This record gives sequence, structure tokens and C-alpha cells, in this order.
Amino acid sequence: MPVNAAARRDPAWLGRLGLASAALVLLWPLLVATEFKPWLLLEPDSLRVTGRFLGSFLPPALGGEFLWMLARETWRTVAIATAGVALALLLAVPLTLAATRALSVSALSGRMAALPYAVRQAVRLLLIVLRSMPELVWALVFVRVVGLGPAAGVLAIALTYGGMLGKVYAEILESGDAQVTQTLLRNGASRLQAFFYGLLPQNAAELTSYTVYRWECAIRSSVVLGFVGAGGLGQQMDSSMKMFAGGEVATMLLVFVALVALADRLSAALRRALG
Amino acid sequence: MDKQHRLPPPLFSARCRACWLVAGVVALVVASFLSLDLRLAAFASGESLASMGRFLGEFLPPDLRPAFVGRVVAGAWETLAMSALGTLLAALLGVLMALPASRARGPVRAGMRLLLNALRSVPELVWAAMLLISAGLGPFAGTLALAIHTSGVLGRLFAEAIENAPPGPGAALRAQGAGTVRVFLYATLPQVLPQLMSYTLYRWENNIRAAAVLGVVGAGGLGQLLMFHMGLFQMDKTATVLIAMLVLVALVDGASFALRRWLTR
Repeated sequence: MPVNAAARRDPAWLGRLGLASAALVLLWPLLVATEFKPWLLLEPDSLRVTGRFLGSFLPPALGGEFLWMLARETWRTVAIATAGVALALLLAVPLTLAATRALSVSALSGRMAALPYAVRQAVRLLLIVLRSMPELVWALVFVRVVGLGPAAGVLAIALTYGGMLGKVYAEILESGDAQVTQTLLRNGASRLQAFFYGLLPQNAAELTSYTVYRWECAIRSSVVLGFVGAGGLGQQMDSSMKMFAGGEVATMLLVFVALVALADRLSAALRRALG
Repeated sequence: MDKQHRLPPPLFSARCRACWLVAGVVALVVASFLSLDLRLAAFASGESLASMGRFLGEFLPPDLRPAFVGRVVAGAWETLAMSALGTLLAALLGVLMALPASRARGPVRAGMRLLLNALRSVPELVWAAMLLISAGLGPFAGTLALAIHTSGVLGRLFAEAIENAPPGPGAALRAQGAGTVRVFLYATLPQVLPQLMSYTLYRWENNIRAAAVLGVVGAGGLGQLLMFHMGLFQMDKTATVLIAMLVLVALVDGASFALRRWLTR
């Protein structure tokens, strides 16, 4: 049975056409603002430079000395991330204890008292400010204060991740079953005791799993921080790119992809083991 | 009587997996601090704290003269445009790459997944630094960098969404004799569209943060202003740019949250 042309047509075509043209009109200012000129990529000058850079990727640099340097810088990248997360924990744990509503004694009998409420809101605000500044900006500021080197990267990760960990820890602690903690507090346990014997055992697996996941993210961002002078793989990649040393860039990209994949696997395995 | 007073378990036992795990983590942390030579104690001394205080004091008050605020607003618009256009391109590329990646097992699927993973695991900033060579300084390189990295992320998420879509409506259309393109457009796409939109909006929130700092390597937007004024030690102007970044991120978060609520209503 042949289907006639009208039946084959999309019944909603008019609306779709209208939406598409409205989207194009909205898109135009974006294209102007971003100087979106893809044809520039295909100009002979640009093609030649790109071709030469990409051509120099092969063969990847595999000299003994270079590989040794690369191994050292890769370790530094991991070390910056690890030290940063360790310091972030030092920052996040006290702030979490201060921000968690589940540990409030005055909230046991109805509403939280005014002063504890104000303190908790202030700590929350501090956490929001810490994490909404990108770590790269913190690194730029710290490079000015403490000079070039891994310390700037470690401090930047510590501040941003301290904010993120503190906020999420507080959310995890508040989402669990509050009854055990409340019972402990009602029977005269101190807030720290209530945390260690009520809240922590319930939520330990989730807290650890989130921390491991953030460590994986920190490795990724510690590479990026190198681009502003915080040491590690990123700094080497930046200088090799500025010298158009494609072979070195290629090796470093491979190492970087392998490092991220490894951290990904390790963190997934750890989190599975935690259940 | 004595049986009730059992000894506490030993702190370390070779059969306890958690003990090994904790020991490994402690070793990693100690090795990190030792090998980095951070001299963190030096920062805590009175003199360097005072110099840090002076440095932070220079940020105040932020430069709010209309001429400069105008330039910051222009930078913020550029950042917003970069993130929006980058995310949009990434969504289109992501759908194109998700189609082969969500096929039945085979070399095409495996190859596409490998490509998506490679695109995804190189950060935006590294892409931008490389693209500067062919696209030149400015927001265009930043937009492309965002699009490339995000297309890897979205491609993978989209492929999973398409794979998990219920096959019934597609099979019904196919039984009526509709071609592959029509089956995708009229059966699969309408089913997964809300999920795709929600993923795309979520990545937009991430990308506005990334776009704000991409300028640090010369790829336009607020980051470039930040780098410029910080390089000249004009801290009052730097403070204005930082405030603009925070406001922009908060605005986009709010807009994206509202849009997602409206979409999933």
C-alpha cells in the first residue's frame, strides 16, 4: 500500500522550523563574541604551522634522560595532588564538624539556637567561597605570594578541595539516619563522641569513597596547575609546547593519559572494595 | 572474669586488608611531603604572614570605575559566549560520535570509545594550549578547546543514554519500514532527549568555570584579563575580575538549575 506524500510529512514541521530559526538568531551574537572563524584554521599559513607541529609529534621523544625527567615530574604531579588532598582534609574535617547540623545539641529540642545557627551558616559560606574560586586562580595568587614551585600548587588544591570536601562531607553526614547520633547526644555523650560512635561508623565508606574520587580529580588538576608555574608534568608540557618540541609533547600526553587512566582504575577498585 | 576483658585488636595485622590500605595511604602522603620540599613552615612565620596580609590588602578596594567595569563585563560576555558555544558544539559532536559508539559490538564501537576516552582525558587547558598554535590567541581557540574536551565527556554519556533507551518504539517503526535515520529521529531521540539536555546543561555549568580560567594560557575571556592585570600587579583591577568570575559562575549555576527543573517538571 503506497503512502501518500502528505502522510509521510512530519506533522510538527512548522514548530520545529520556528524553533530552529529562533536558535540560529540567538546563536549569532555568540559566534561574533567568540570570533568564531573556522576557515582561519584552513588558511595555508595556519595549516603549515599546524602540520609542522603535528608532524613533529612523530616519533615521540624517548631519550633516556628525558624519560627519567618525565618519571620525576610525573611523581611530582602525583605528590602535589596527594599533599594537596592531605592538607585539604586537615582543613575540611574541622569545618565539617562545625557545619554539620546533625551534631547540634540545641537542635535536639526543636529549633537550633541563634548563635550555633549563625556559626554554622558562616562556616557554610566560607566553604562556598573556598570552592567557587577555581584552583587555577588560587594557584596564580599563591605563585605571587610564595613564588614558583610545588608549594603554590599544593596550597591551591588544599583550599579548593578543602571547600569541596567540607561541603560534601557535611551533606553526607546529614543525609544518614540521625537516630543513633541523637540518642547518644541525648544521653550525655559529647559531640565528638557522638561523631565517632554514631555518625562516622554509618558513613565511613561513603566518606572514604568520595575522598578517593576527589584525589583522582586532584591528579588531573595538578597537571593543569603546572601551566601557571606550580611544577610537575604541566610545567614541562607548557615549556615543550612553547619550544614546539612535538615529540616531547606527544610522550607527555601519552604519559598523562596513562596516569589519568591508572588513577581512574585505582580509584574505581578502591571504591568497589569499600562497597 | 578475665574473659570479659579482652585485649583490643592489634593495630596492624598482616591479614587485614584495611590495615595495608591505610599503611599504603600514609606512606604515599609522607613520601609526597618529603619529596616536594615545600618549606611550609617558612610560610607560617610572622614575616611571611605579614607580607601575605599586605598582598591581600592590595586587593581592596576593587576598581569599580565605569570604564574598567565595562571592560570586565565585555570579558564576562566573552567567557559566557565561549562556554555556551563550546557546550553546544560539543553536544552536536557528542551525538554524532555517540551513534557509532552505541552500536552493537565491533571494531567501530571499540575505536569510537577509545577516541572518546582520549578526548576526555586531556583537560581543556591543555587542548587550548595546543590549539593556540593553529587557531591563534583569542576566544576562538578557547571555544574549540572546550568543544573538544566536552565532546569526549558528552559522547560517552550520550552513548550510554542511547544504549539504555527502551527498544520498543524503534522496533515498531522499523517494522513499518522506516529507515535508520527516521528510527533515530522519531523513536530514539525523543526518548533520550530530556536526559541529553540535562547532561548538556550540567556540562555547561562545568564549562563556565573552565572558560573563566582558559584565558590564562591566552584563550580569551575573563581569564585573559585576570592574567594581564595580575602580571602588572594591579591588584584592585584583579579583584574586580575575580568578583566578576564568582558572579558569573553563580548566575549560570542558578540559570542551569532553573532550566533543569523546568525540563524535568
